Amino acid sequence: MTTTLIDGTPVDVDAEGFLTDPAQWNEDLARSIAEENGVTALTDRHWLVVRFMRNRYLATGTAPSIRALGKESGVPVKELYQLFPKGPAKLAAKIGGIPKPTGCI
Amino acid sequence: MTELLEHPVVPHSEPDTIEKVAIVVSKGSLEGVYPALIMANGARMEGIEADLFFTFFGLDAIRRDRNAKLKVATVGNPGMHIPTWIGAIPGFSALATRMMARQMEKIDIPPVPEFVELVADSGVRLYACKATVDMFGLTIDDFVPQVEEIISVGEFYEKAAGGQIVFT
Repeated sequence: MTTTLIDGTPVDVDAEGFLTDPAQWNEDLARSIAEENGVTALTDRHWLVVRFMRNRYLATGTAPSIRALGKESGVPVKELYQLFPKGPAKLAAKIGGIPKPTGCI
Repeated sequence: MTELLEHPVVPHSEPDTIEKVAIVVSKGSLEGVYPALIMANGARMEGIEADLFFTFFGLDAIRRDRNAKLKVATVGNPGMHIPTWIGAIPGFSALATRMMARQMEKIDIPPVPEFVELVADSGVRLYACKATVDMFGLTIDDFVPQVEEIISVGEFYEKAAGGQIVFT
């Protein structure tokens, strides 16, 4: 774990840049992380996915699977991949300030 | 004279990332199909491009009339850790299949038909092997709509170019 500066704010991240403490997250931080990872503009649909990931993690302690994300977030799987081409679950977790999802699905 | 080195020098290089995989599915049992689907889905989740090529009994995974009825192989499967004659008892394979399906649902792995839809929606391209399709006397209409086309092995290699090929 290292401390890095995102947008001038010191935050704790793992080797791949996922926040290790979700409490350090805020929406400005999310925009900066998104931009760094190739998502230049966060639309309402992006936010829907990011908030779903984050809230589910905060409520249950684990990030949802791509199956749950597609069924329950309100954004179908096809659109998830259009919004986050490099991996919706991984990217939404990163932008949402929660640890990297550990599941295989 | 040749000198033998006690510790051979292995050239050090930076680890590469995988950008593309083509996974061949040749088995039609439940435990033969799931690993390929999980690997294809997992590839897409990491942003890796993925193709699935179904051949021989692997075609059952994309056949409309069969992909909801795949069974665990309980005979000739040492991984079951039961005597072969027990595995052959009528209904035993169905029981093992139900048990596996329940475990899969618990860890949020979908049944095969839903899983095939999921990977297709995720951007995995699905192909059926021409040689086996011809051998079994099938047509594109026998397959779920997610199957893009029936292709020859040569076309498969063309599509797989530049990626890793995984045989299951």
